[in-house]
Amino acid sequence: MPIEQPAKIDQTLQDANLQLAIYSATGRLMAKRKDAISPDVCPDYQDLRTQANLVKKHTIENLDYYLEIVEKAVAARGGKVVYCRDATEVADFVLKLAKERDARLLVKSKSMTTEEIDLNERLEHHHLEAVETDLGEYILQLAHHKPYHIVAPALHLTRYDVADIFAEHLSAERETIPEKQTLMARVALREKFLAADIGITGANFVVADSGAVVVVENEGNARLTSSAPPIHIAIAGIEKLIPRAQDLAVFLRLLARSATGQPMTVYTSFLSGPRRGGETDGPDEFYLVLLDNGRSKLLADKGKRESLYCIRCGACLNHCPVYRKIGGHSYPWVYSGPIGAILSPQFMGVTHDPWLPFASTLCGACAEVCPVKIEIPRILLELRGEVVAAKTREKSNRWERLAFRLYAWAARHPSVWSAMGLAASAVAPDVPAMLNRGPIADWLSQRDLPPLPPKTFRQLWREREGTGVR
Amino acid sequence: MERDTILHRVRTALGRTANEAPAEPPPVYLRVPDWSLEERIRRFTEALEALGGRVYRAGGTAAVQEIVWEILAGRSAIVSADGLSGIPGVEGPYHDAARIREAASRVDAGITGAEYALAETGTLVLLAGPAEPRLISLLPPIHIAVVPVARLLANLDELLTKVPDPAAQTSAMVLITGPSRTADIEQILIRGVHGPGEVHVVLVDSETG
Amino acid sequence: MAPRVSLFVTCVVDQLFPKVGIAMADVLERAGCIVDFPEGQTCCGQPAFNSGYRDEARGMALHFLDVFRDCEYIVSPSGSCTAMASHHYAELFHKDPARMDEVRRMASKVWEFSRFLTDVVGVEDVGARFEHRVTYHDSCHALRELGIKTPPRKLLARVDGLTLAEHDATEECCGFGGTFSVKFPTVSGGMVRTKIDSIARSGADTVVSIDSSCLMQIQGALSRAGLPIRTMHLAEVLASR
Ligand code: SF4
Repeated sequence: MPIEQPAKIDQTLQDANLQLAIYSATGRLMAKRKDAISPDVCPDYQDLRTQANLVKKHTIENLDYYLEIVEKAVAARGGKVVYCRDATEVADFVLKLAKERDARLLVKSKSMTTEEIDLNERLEHHHLEAVETDLGEYILQLAHHKPYHIVAPALHLTRYDVADIFAEHLSAERETIPEKQTLMARVALREKFLAADIGITGANFVVADSGAVVVVENEGNARLTSSAPPIHIAIAGIEKLIPRAQDLAVFLRLLARSATGQPMTVYTSFLSGPRRGGETDGPDEFYLVLLDNGRSKLLADKGKRESLYCIRCGACLNHCPVYRKIGGHSYPWVYSGPIGAILSPQFMGVTHDPWLPFASTLCGACAEVCPVKIEIPRILLELRGEVVAAKTREKSNRWERLAFRLYAWAARHPSVWSAMGLAASAVAPDVPAMLNRGPIADWLSQRDLPPLPPKTFRQLWREREGTGVR
Repeated sequence: MERDTILHRVRTALGRTANEAPAEPPPVYLRVPDWSLEERIRRFTEALEALGGRVYRAGGTAAVQEIVWEILAGRSAIVSADGLSGIPGVEGPYHDAARIREAASRVDAGITGAEYALAETGTLVLLAGPAEPRLISLLPPIHIAVVPVARLLANLDELLTKVPDPAAQTSAMVLITGPSRTADIEQILIRGVHGPGEVHVVLVDSETG
Repeated sequence: MAPRVSLFVTCVVDQLFPKVGIAMADVLERAGCIVDFPEGQTCCGQPAFNSGYRDEARGMALHFLDVFRDCEYIVSPSGSCTAMASHHYAELFHKDPARMDEVRRMASKVWEFSRFLTDVVGVEDVGARFEHRVTYHDSCHALRELGIKTPPRKLLARVDGLTLAEHDATEECCGFGGTFSVKFPTVSGGMVRTKIDSIARSGADTVVSIDSSCLMQIQGALSRAGLPIRTMHLAEVLASR
């Protein structure tokens, strides 16, 4: 029986233009990654993955230690670490600071962590203007969309969509040439950068020993966000830590190559504290917000805590045959694709979207490309077990459970099993229904059935042995 | 308060106690290829030009001036430090943040040095400091960097070997690899979104000149 | 000495594609193996495991271990079912150290058919003849859990008259995924249509794989689309002469 699932899935499947957009965009990113990790340009790619996995494992398993290290290091450089347990605490911190400094305008660079906590909405609610400055995020903010993809947020929009959005919100002529659209955004946003009171960035990495945040990007908006306004706030999940600056050699390589197939992103900023004595420009104040928002809860589960190794490269989305069909907006949270499918249930509880861990063929493409080697299929399987356990507790899966129990019982009783097989061949049309445990109609809506054989293998084998046919 | 709660939650989840030192982290992984100077120059040039940047070689300061003058072709520029002033249309260096910001927002090009350059990826390494404001390589549509060839390292690994902790030297180290770009609209590559759309690097043979 | 092979035919082959099992037995015997079929075998437990019913899967795994305990080699016409026994049983019994020894011993004896031929028996040319343009579908579990990429291709390369025409999406999932195709029929349908588009572009008249369930999914979509392309298990191709 089809599982209850969001209507967005079928809407996406039926939208031919969107299907093409998703498939070709992810396909291009796949091809670029493949070139960028090929042995002639990146001979030690697998060693890099192993190292990245080991470093993440070490950091996550000793996270409290490294949190204290980074806290001291940031303070030593004149910055301040602010711990926040959840979204409200982040918003409260920013609002309080804005009030104290009489700030009205904030610029933001792309950050999945701030998407996770709906920071913009919370700030706007208090009449602060918070402007997204990454081109894709800027378009989404104007249109009030959620990001469609971790790395390519506006993947679902065409230039014509962008033309409509700009025409409506920038009260400008309808412009359909991407170069000109980009220029429009540059002009509109340049003004904001230079007038902003506070700049908010995410952090791809937080370097413990340096007390630094590392931000990678291609456009330059994160550099502007962290350099132009007098206050820089970097917001990072507590899992973003790495022990040493020297570990960046591994992580920066893997991130850029896995995400977009670039050897290096255009800009990598390594930022530690506010402007120092002698430096001519840069922010006067620097805050590093370290956000928990459920992460510490994940740490307790040894089998699944590796979900926190993720460096948000998006490769698992591009390679996921399910993401490539259902798109980014079918997922319940800001994180989509395979990583979203393992993070959302852990953050929101397995009963929130019980369909999600099942929306996978377990093809393993995600784990194959993940630069930090997260075993996503194994974690999906564990989550499926948890969904079943939860349903069993609330007794909402009686029939399914009974079916599996009978099935398992028959499998332990070969005579019953083969009798069932024989009976099944006798009532041939019912066989697929039994094998697939669901109404034949849904399955048949998509494909035809194989012609059913008159005899099972068991029968053929007995005949073969009996007659000695070779 | 939040701090203690979070640290406590993390420790409990991990089964650790306060002040428990961790095991040694995995040894750092750095691989520095042994490339001759010519090889590094060749790779740097190829990598940056593949991204749409331009690379020039100059024998000394006089040649640098000439090359920069040609790149500018009459356009205005601001320079980050002494040594390149004197070209018509080039202003600076300034040491006042407001003035730098005003000029960098107005002129066509920003002329900077670079602490290092990385051959493998065509990357410039800029450390913010008294002679290197952050905004000169960022606000103008054109970025021109003048780098002594002796500063050309093989790759990121060599940089992090030489500068194991960038925070010890500056509040902001930025690695610049080619012109600013985006592919956010239909994955069409467009250069010069928020940062410079043109990057020119002049490699100078001798540091004294 | 001739390897003694016990067939593990899987439920899909037993019920829906019995000829695949017979073809596999024929090829193995021609390659010099002594083949038997332990009649007590049923299902490896994968459907229950993949559906989150771990207790039920554990019971089925125990039965599997019982049935095949004394076999020398266990060979299966499915990468997916092989991976269940060789890789996933460990996840079911990791809290049971006594059982883990047995699970590990079993894991080293279970082989997917094509790799068994190339790596254990050491044959590539099994004397088959098949005059068709063939494209090969990498089934996900064989490819990514077992790392099987070259064995079936080596075997196909030595089939007389056969032309191998790879399709560009050879490593892309067909969208079957067991109960996935039932729980998400439309998504599964979308995935297999992408697959057959790529297959059609290859110009092949036959799709070959080492997993019958993928082939059932692909065949279903090919026939629904009215494409004159058929599917065959590798064993059937190798048994042709
Ligand atoms: S899970 Fe792995 S592949 Fe997916 S986004 Fe995170 S790091 Fe990248």
